[in-house]
Amino acid sequence: MVQLTLPKNSRIVEGKHYPASRSANRVRRILVYRYDPDSSENPRIDRYDIDLDSCGPMVLDALIAIKNEIDQTLTFRRSCREGVCGSCAMNIDGSNTLACTKSIFDIKGDIKIYPLPHLEVVKDLVPDLTHFYAQYAEIKPWLDTETPRPEGEWKQSREDRAKLDGLYECILCACCSTSCPSYWWNSDRYLGPAALIQAYRWLADSRDEATGGRLDDLEDPFRLYRCHTIMNCAQACPKGLNPAKAIAKIKSMMLERQI
Amino acid sequence: MTSMRTPRRRVRGLGAAGSGTGDFWLQRVTAIVNVPLAVGFLALLIALSGSNFDTARTWIGNPIVALMLILLTFSAALHMRLGMKVIIEDYVHGTILKIACLLGNTLFSTVVGVSCIYAILRVSLSS
Repeated sequence: MVQLTLPKNSRIVEGKHYPASRSANRVRRILVYRYDPDSSENPRIDRYDIDLDSCGPMVLDALIAIKNEIDQTLTFRRSCREGVCGSCAMNIDGSNTLACTKSIFDIKGDIKIYPLPHLEVVKDLVPDLTHFYAQYAEIKPWLDTETPRPEGEWKQSREDRAKLDGLYECILCACCSTSCPSYWWNSDRYLGPAALIQAYRWLADSRDEATGGRLDDLEDPFRLYRCHTIMNCAQACPKGLNPAKAIAKIKSMMLERQI
Repeated sequence: MTSMRTPRRRVRGLGAAGSGTGDFWLQRVTAIVNVPLAVGFLALLIALSGSNFDTARTWIGNPIVALMLILLTFSAALHMRLGMKVIIEDYVHGTILKIACLLGNTLFSTVVGVSCIYAILRVSLSS
């Protein structure tokens, strides 16, 4: 059954407080989830007071400032710092988003930062995405053809290419899947919005020749039909995509081939 | 205990069941069918409010009314079973408990549906 309460060693306790220097003018408090599974300590919330005058405008800037200037033990992923790589996906102010594109000034009050929900925590803000990536691999994210490869490129009309807009932009940050209650309860069998929008990206590709096989692989009460159109995925997506709509289109294709 | 299975093995599990679309479609069809039938049922209830049993029996004795009630019962019971099945699949994870819940759900929906249809037929045919 669904587990509604946390076990004792998972309950979050109050952590350390790192006050800002006395010379700080514009102080903002950041609450960060800290957890090291290798230690026997419970997760804790550390409080960092940072000076906005010496920090960039984004939440990632604040995290980097904390790591560089206050607490080097803080662990998080980041790379491109411009919303392209998806590495810095985390739960900020109650929503899954990218720390690099989330402005500090869009958040009222203390800034609360947690790792993406319902994933194993590797350390602090770093979740274990092994299963998530295996689900992505399962949808065969490549062009599958039997026709011998043409000398030039595989041709596609402008209209068919336009069908991939709103799909190919997915950066696999996992914000959508980890915001989905169906994924929380059944991620062992439900592929989740991220893998499914990617699945539809290949189903919608006019050059792909494996549509039937791809649909066969998704024809399952759990892999596909755990989506109940809750729409958290679309709300969370930092790229403004709509995985729920892509999933609905997969369901339409399932019906289309039966009637 | 840490599983020694590979991530791909865990994702693949027992493979795609090859079903799901049928239930998905039937749930939508019964939802749509339920709307006009439920409106008709409400209209019947309003028309019969304050009436005695004989009047109700006369109305339900009408073949169109009886047929509408039977169709609504069938469609609603089917819809109820499918909806509850989804909830069980979502939240009940133990295999034995899940099978028991799914069987109980089918049994409950069948008993409710058949009982209602029996009652409708009995009232309808006695008029």
